[in-house]
Amino acid sequence: MKFGILVNEGPYTHEASDTAYQFTKAALEKGHEIVRVFFYHDGVNNGTRLTTPPQDERNIVKRWGELADQHKLDMVVCVAAAQRRGIVDTDEAKRHGKDADNIAPGFHISGLGQLIDAGIKADRLVVFGD
Amino acid sequence: MLHTVNKSPFERNTLESCLRHAKKGSAVLLIEDGVYGALKGTTVSGKVSEAMKSVTVYALQPDIEARGVQNRVLDGIKLVDYGGFVDLVTEHNATQSWL
Repeated sequence: MKFGILVNEGPYTHEASDTAYQFTKAALEKGHEIVRVFFYHDGVNNGTRLTTPPQDERNIVKRWGELADQHKLDMVVCVAAAQRRGIVDTDEAKRHGKDADNIAPGFHISGLGQLIDAGIKADRLVVFGD
Repeated sequence: MLHTVNKSPFERNTLESCLRHAKKGSAVLLIEDGVYGALKGTTVSGKVSEAMKSVTVYALQPDIEARGVQNRVLDGIKLVDYGGFVDLVTEHNATQSWL
């Protein structure tokens, strides 16, 4: 079955990002397809490579990136939500005159249309958030 | 329809809203702090037990265990792991997350 995953909560907030990750991992292990993981609202904070949690603690951002790498996941960060919260890729940084970008490996910035597209293509859309 | 509730009933009223709206035969899965709604001897236990006459209530076992409340789960609540959560999503036509 095809799943779309929507993450509306940032990392280290409550538990939604953790649940979304564990759900996505379990779905992949069962042989399901993940059409897209879409990060919206504070969920975009899952996509900054500047997070540096203590070494003995789970690294939520890196963990998403590794899962994306292993399974060729399409992980999209909403552009408007990202701009508000200071998550930028090279193009966005250049366009807005910023001195650096901070998007994490495995993530890319795109529009809300990608969420609608995931909703259309997936058999189930599962929402995780606050 | 599968409903998920991820906040404690002592913090928000999402569990109550969910139980009020869930149709007969649907499933309710308690996750994250929502698992506090699965416990015996609380002010919402009666409401949850009553709801179980018309809906099936599940709780996410890893979240129950993370909170050390595995010995206080209401009779009739089914425990599932993340794989079981995935199965519940596939078995129902849609998932409603009460946030």
